[in-house]
Amino acid sequence: MESASHHSYRKGKNVLMQLVTLACALLTIIPLFLIFFHLLRSGFGSLNLAFFTHLPRPVGEPGGGMANAIVGTLVLLGLATVLGVPFGVFGGVYLAEYASRRVAWIIRFTADILNGVPSIIWGMAVYALVVLRMKGFSVLAGGIVLGMMMIPMVLRTTEEVLLLVPSGYREAALALGISRWRTVCSIIVRTALKAIVTGLLLSLARVAGETAPLLFTAFGNSVWSHHLSDPIAALPLQIFTFAIAPYDDWHRQAWAGALVLLLMITLINIVVRLLTRDRFAK
Amino acid sequence: MNASTIDFPVQMNRNESNAPGQNMQKPNSPEPEAHAIAPATAFQIGKLSVSFGAHTVLKDVSLDIKARSVTAIIGPSGCGKSTFLRSLNRMHELVPDARMTGTIRLFGENIYGPEIDPVVVRRRVGMVFQKSNPFPTMSISENVTVGLRLNGIRNKGILQERLEKSLKMAALWDEVKDRLNAASTSLSGGQQQRLCIARALAVEPEVILMDEPASALDPLATTKIEELILDLKKDFTIVIVTHNMQQAARISDQTAFFYLGELVEYAATRKIFTNPSVKQTEDYVTGRFG
Ligand SMILES: Nc1ncnc2c1ncn2[C@@H]1O[C@H](COP(=O)(O)OP(=O)(O)O)[C@@H](O)[C@H]1O
Ligand SMILES: [Mg+2]
Repeated sequence: MESASHHSYRKGKNVLMQLVTLACALLTIIPLFLIFFHLLRSGFGSLNLAFFTHLPRPVGEPGGGMANAIVGTLVLLGLATVLGVPFGVFGGVYLAEYASRRVAWIIRFTADILNGVPSIIWGMAVYALVVLRMKGFSVLAGGIVLGMMMIPMVLRTTEEVLLLVPSGYREAALALGISRWRTVCSIIVRTALKAIVTGLLLSLARVAGETAPLLFTAFGNSVWSHHLSDPIAALPLQIFTFAIAPYDDWHRQAWAGALVLLLMITLINIVVRLLTRDRFAK
Repeated sequence: MNASTIDFPVQMNRNESNAPGQNMQKPNSPEPEAHAIAPATAFQIGKLSVSFGAHTVLKDVSLDIKARSVTAIIGPSGCGKSTFLRSLNRMHELVPDARMTGTIRLFGENIYGPEIDPVVVRRRVGMVFQKSNPFPTMSISENVTVGLRLNGIRNKGILQERLEKSLKMAALWDEVKDRLNAASTSLSGGQQQRLCIARALAVEPEVILMDEPASALDPLATTKIEELILDLKKDFTIVIVTHNMQQAARISDQTAFFYLGELVEYAATRKIFTNPSVKQTEDYVTGRFG
């Protein structure tokens, strides 16, 4: 029999533990609210139709917007998706379904290292491989660097969610005389499809805010870009340029740009939540 | 319905469909033994050994399995029952370091022949697993027809006909006919298992392997599965692994007792349960070990 005092001591420790963990949990979500609040206060005033439809104006001229940067970010994300999704998804399928243990280990290890490579190094690599060769900053180089960053993320999440598909489904399909590749495409990938798309969107949200690699590749400009070989603006670049300039007007626009970027990323995350609401593995 | 218009071994008449090697017969080199086999034998298994890496799981198992009857495989856990069953439709090959020696003939045809595609073997030899596994992204009807659809059958009429026929054979039609498009996961455990049986039946196999199909079900659902098995044996050859002695006694015609990877005794079910020849068998069926 334990004593009553020991019992209450333990109960007290339990309550304390709960409070500490609750405080830590709250601390992690507070920054998001602080950021949102601050961006709303500093940037909301500069959000108007012109912000979404006009090009940036030179110093001293009031007004103007970030239309080219918003479109630029969408174009870069589109290119990154075109590049990152097929390589990432097919690579993940290979890893989960076909690779021998040894090969899988090597690819997994490499992908994990790549996922930890600082984004500025990705920028330098693509600068050396693409920008120098094409003799200029370009939309293409920007899309390539973001796409390359997406590949290892998508590859690993795809692999992980495919491995979560219970082997019973794989066996059931094969036992029906369904061929291996059809089993993989129509049963396994289909079962995990929502989770794969979730991984894609999350990686897209991750690269949407990248700035450093774009400084080396897309570079940014303040006009519309018409060719894949032109430099192109992007929200993070534009925010950076405006924020370090010594003009109040540009600072306000930088805040507005940051707000739009955060809203875009939030939107992606909301889509992810909607997709995962009714996921196969609860 | 014309079988030649679709690239799938459709069997129109079940009474003829169990003819030796119908689906896999090679044009100019029929197996000589094929003629010697009575159509009443589905599987001829000779000196079957299976190992996973260095671990030998089945040793020199030889037996014949009768067509259109129920053969029960019994034995303590880990004695190789599942491995034996899975070697009958080459499912054990999914394990990377699995090795098999010996011969297995299905209606006279060597299913391990060098030119035989395991995918085709599995269409002829269907399987139902211990844990019911309907595909969660598919509706009830999609689950039943998936084996046909993924093998290229698009004809709505054929799919509809097979859907209804398979669900009726699996004694599930009346329970689901009003909600064929509902999620398969909305069914009860027993219904899900019968759905899996319907799914296996839809591709019109000749043999159905069942690995403890009722061990996760309640008594009522188990009874339904047992009744279903007795009904299906009119048309199919059934090999069932079971842990449940009473179940083996109730539904099977022959029983094979496995122990430590060897076939200890194989005889008519009545004999195994009333007058076994081997002491080990008697000890097992009377519950003295296992
Ligand atoms: N995939 C596998 N890899 C390695 N060993 C296996 C595998 N599957 C089964 N075994 C081994 O084979 C033996 C027989 O297993 P199994 O056929 O499942 O027995 P049972 O169905 O009679 O319980 C067991 O010792 C088991 O550990
Ligand atoms: Mg087993």
